[in-house]
Amino acid sequence: MAEKSGFPVRIITPDRVFYENQADMVEFNTTEGEIGVLPGHIPMTVIVRPGILYIHETEGEKKAALHAGFAEILPEGVTILAETIEWPGEIDENRAKSAMERAERRIQGKAANTDLARAETALQRAVARIQVLK
Amino acid sequence: MASMRDIKRRKSSIQGTQQITKAMKLVSTVKLQRARASAERSKGYFTCMYDTVNNILQRVGHIDHPYLTPGESRRKAVIVITSNRGLAGGYNSNVTKLVTRHPQWKKEDLDIYCLGNKGRETFVRNGYAVKECDNDIVESPVYADAAALSAKLLESFAAGEIGEIYLAYTGFKNTVSHVPTLLRLLPVEVDAAAAQSEGSGEATAIMNFEAEDTEALDLLIPKYVTSLIYGALRESVASENGARMQAMDNATSNAEEIISDLTLKYNRARQGSITQELTEIIAGAEALG
Repeated sequence: MAEKSGFPVRIITPDRVFYENQADMVEFNTTEGEIGVLPGHIPMTVIVRPGILYIHETEGEKKAALHAGFAEILPEGVTILAETIEWPGEIDENRAKSAMERAERRIQGKAANTDLARAETALQRAVARIQVLK
Repeated sequence: MASMRDIKRRKSSIQGTQQITKAMKLVSTVKLQRARASAERSKGYFTCMYDTVNNILQRVGHIDHPYLTPGESRRKAVIVITSNRGLAGGYNSNVTKLVTRHPQWKKEDLDIYCLGNKGRETFVRNGYAVKECDNDIVESPVYADAAALSAKLLESFAAGEIGEIYLAYTGFKNTVSHVPTLLRLLPVEVDAAAAQSEGSGEATAIMNFEAEDTEALDLLIPKYVTSLIYGALRESVASENGARMQAMDNATSNAEEIISDLTLKYNRARQGSITQELTEIIAGAEALG
């Protein structure tokens, strides 16, 4: 697409408008794999999986840990309805690390009553948090 | 005529009450401002959520999905959001009346999920089945609380224990107008009129889904329910403080009225007693002379 200024990206959480600006591209993780969205994308709704969200602006790149929600992609812009999303500055690294260890132990332990899907999501969340800090 | 002392006592008692109502009004004004700001901040999320889900349902209108068809059970779960404390005018009773005076509902078919102590009191007194009650949520609603509640309800909906889920709350239109609202959460109902007007506006945008339709609905609808509950909580808190502010404002001005009435009565009584004393003295002087 030939637009110079990119397209509007809005990220909304239940408590605030997290981000609202022009961007050239956004990348994030979905249930179907990682995707990158450029202006002029076909209309699409995707469900978010825990991962890192990259927002490519003309001045540079922004990162955030995106954990849950869904995204509405339209040719003229992207709206991400995020249940949980954090800027790197809002993450407590030690907490994320201990959460990762806990989740790993739970998955490896394979106790009969372990909710594997939940433990995996917890692990993904922790990994996303740690990666976004690097 | 009441004695001067009685009037004076009554007046000072009402002045005390007025001070309390005045203070409560100020407190709820501040709380209202905060609650309204946070309700407005989160409003964007819910309108967006509502639009998206409506959009999806329009497109997959005939799909046979458990969340879109009423369950077998005749039982209905009703979430009722009230306040924990009273002195808010008709705020609490207006919401509970939506449930207790509903023309089609029978008491036996309802499972009440109370958020707020006042609602619980009313329903327990009237013999409703109050399944669960969480009073701390309403003080300062958190998204995780709404998520936990909706997960619980969806689970019993999926298990066939309940056939429908309703939400009774007070919508916040503006500071003076609060609308008690009853909303059906599940099965999801698509607002036909809104869907149409929206559809004509964005007829060109056909949504695609990466995930399968049913899968997308499985993931989206819990989020949708949660966000509606959370939004309702936020609006209810704003309404509660708005209602209390109004009630206390009325109480303060009523107290003002009574005080001015009593002041008049007091002055009249004082004047009466002076006149009486004078008459007695003059009468006494005349009798001597």
